[in-house]
Amino acid sequence: MKLKGTEILLKALEAENVEIIFGYPGGAVLDIYDQLYKSNMNHILVRHEQGAVHAADGYARSTGKVGVCLVTSGPGATNTVTGIATANMDSIPLVVFTGQVPTGLIGNDAFQECDITGITRPCTKHNFLVRNIEDLAATIKEAFHIARSGRPGPVLVDLPKNVMAASTEYDPANIKIRNQESPYRPAFKKMANLQEMLTTANKPLIMTGGGVILGKASALLTEMARKYQIPVTGTLMGLGSFPGTDPLWLGMLGMHGTYYANMAVSHCDLLIAVGVRFDDRVTGTIETFAAKAKIVHIDIDPSSINKNVAVDLPIVGDTKAVLKDLLKYFEEHNFTYIAAERQEWLNAIADWKEKVPLTYCQNGKVIKPQFVIETLYKLTKGDAIITTEVGQHQMWTAQFFPFDKPNTLVTSGGLGTMGFGFPAAIGVKCAFPDKHVVDIAGDGSIQMNIQELATAAQYKINVKIVLLNNEFLGMPRQWQELFYEKRYSHTDMTYAPDFVKLAEAYGVVGLRVTKPEEVEPTLKQGLALDKPVLMDFRVSREECVYPMVHPGDSISNMSLGSREMIN
Amino acid sequence: MEKKEHIISILVHNKPDVLARIAGILGGKGYNIESLCVNATTQYEVSKIVMTTIGNKETINRIEGQLRRLVDVIQVDDLTNVESIHRELILVRLNLTADKKEQIKKAVDTNKWKVIVSADAYIVLELTGDKSQIDFALARLEPLGIADITRTGVVALDLDD
Ligand SMILES: Cc1ncc(C[n+]2csc(CCOP(=O)(O)OP(=O)(O)O)c2C)c(N)n1
Repeated sequence: MKLKGTEILLKALEAENVEIIFGYPGGAVLDIYDQLYKSNMNHILVRHEQGAVHAADGYARSTGKVGVCLVTSGPGATNTVTGIATANMDSIPLVVFTGQVPTGLIGNDAFQECDITGITRPCTKHNFLVRNIEDLAATIKEAFHIARSGRPGPVLVDLPKNVMAASTEYDPANIKIRNQESPYRPAFKKMANLQEMLTTANKPLIMTGGGVILGKASALLTEMARKYQIPVTGTLMGLGSFPGTDPLWLGMLGMHGTYYANMAVSHCDLLIAVGVRFDDRVTGTIETFAAKAKIVHIDIDPSSINKNVAVDLPIVGDTKAVLKDLLKYFEEHNFTYIAAERQEWLNAIADWKEKVPLTYCQNGKVIKPQFVIETLYKLTKGDAIITTEVGQHQMWTAQFFPFDKPNTLVTSGGLGTMGFGFPAAIGVKCAFPDKHVVDIAGDGSIQMNIQELATAAQYKINVKIVLLNNEFLGMPRQWQELFYEKRYSHTDMTYAPDFVKLAEAYGVVGLRVTKPEEVEPTLKQGLALDKPVLMDFRVSREECVYPMVHPGDSISNMSLGSREMIN
Repeated sequence: MEKKEHIISILVHNKPDVLARIAGILGGKGYNIESLCVNATTQYEVSKIVMTTIGNKETINRIEGQLRRLVDVIQVDDLTNVESIHRELILVRLNLTADKKEQIKKAVDTNKWKVIVSADAYIVLELTGDKSQIDFALARLEPLGIADITRTGVVALDLDD
């Protein structure tokens, strides 16, 4: 059967079980949009291409499926770059289709031409420019395969206008692509090593990361930790991969990690790191990171092993496959731990927990941002998917909202992209229309993709924005307070729109909250409304995120705010 | 750890932008490429890139890791410590000026250099060898007044497999 490029594209998307596309039209993709018009494919018209990519990213992070975007050439394509880089840093599977000028014009500086494969080469897992219609079907199939295989990531496919208008034979049963999965073979010697290490260790600790969620290995990791009573800490990307309400959970480690997680890392004698990449925000100074421990690193990407931290036992493989084999191996080899010894270690941790818990003080007339987050947790009982922007509110979310399940925190970890959370929430809500989907936002970040209020209103995508409005770019302000003697250079955001009126102008419900006693009723009201809602919480302006490891310091050396430094 | 020159052989799918990907990922991560040769193989779809870079073992491991992450890279081998042969080629033009003419002719004879163009005003030499041989030849060519020179990167052949 001979089909046009645009028809092949839609057929190929159906073959990949794509349920929804986030996109924005333009000259180079009008043929594709015409084909969309004739099809049943779900398409959400965002208001900025960056929003399309973040929405697809939110969809991907919450479902574990590949997120899909469609944008035009030139400026449409360049507007996707921040979104693509965000997904790339966190290994999120996306396929981004960009329009391109006809192949005959490429290189001529044609109207809305831009070398988007060149621009995105360093921030995609891979990208393609489809020069011939004969390559289209295989390229799309390969793009999806690459996006989700191995260590996932975003793939961009550039589609010249004339290629999409051309026709060719389409035979979906006979598309051959290269396999990107590297074969995994269980390494019995390494499993024996690990068992030996665990047997001799007195203070083992598991550190879980985004790779556990991406690898769908949370249940296995949880089983292992519980069965052998190994306490667990996690990176920002790992939150939800182990139940946040489990007694073995220590919370996040690193720059704004809990006191007890950072102490446990600094005192453990065996660190089993699963699906992490030892980002500098997590490790503090490398020389002192887990200095007393032997380090085991389980990860799918060989290039992340020994990249930042020297590892004693690397195990390369899909986190799920490796953990499954490990559990089986331990079982078959009768691995047991010494309960009394383990109890000593757990007691030490319990002491740290008691000595310096995560706290804040909600007294007086001013709303504390942490209080809003805790109340949100209380009201939803944690049964919600939370997205965040970037800044203090993101760290407070990580600290004060325990995540029990994987894929329920959607946040930009690696790139730290302000403006991510709200469009991401739109993508999440499209996948989970019956769940509470809440973007915990700051007043700076929300203004970076505020135009998506129109998208939420138009499609009745009932996401909730919990705006923790401190009228500051809070995180840089905190650094200025601590390291620049309170010289608040360009971080004051007092000049801002009236967010309630702004929401209303877009057809979204706006609620303002100024008193602590209004927090719970307003959250209740906002969550109950069957509409998109923006809740503007006027919070304490100069609250700081603690604990804080000062940049360049060891993570055992935390500043605790009103408390003095504790070593 | 000791820094030294490594010769890395990379088999890649013969795609138009594969070289840009390799140069891009290494440049972007701050690694230096000393020389680079792209050659055909007996299979049309596969090319071989021979690259030299300087670093300690750790750096070389990271470079190999980054290269292996590229979708179009099929295989990466460090040829430095395996049995392999390495060659470079240079073309050199020497101007036969009145004061150097005799000296040049004498040097060509004693060194058995290969002359591939011989004109009234200049000669062109073609020399091959491994890095140390080329460096040795260059040291002798220098005093003769090099008018122009071009040097390929290293090509290498693995004798191990
Ligand atoms: C796109 C982008 N620009 C700049 C930054 C640097 N930055 C990190 S946090 C932050 C302030 C965020 O302010 P806000 O959204 O109000 O959150 P808060 O810290 O006050 O909770 C800035 C400017 C960033 N992460 N992303």
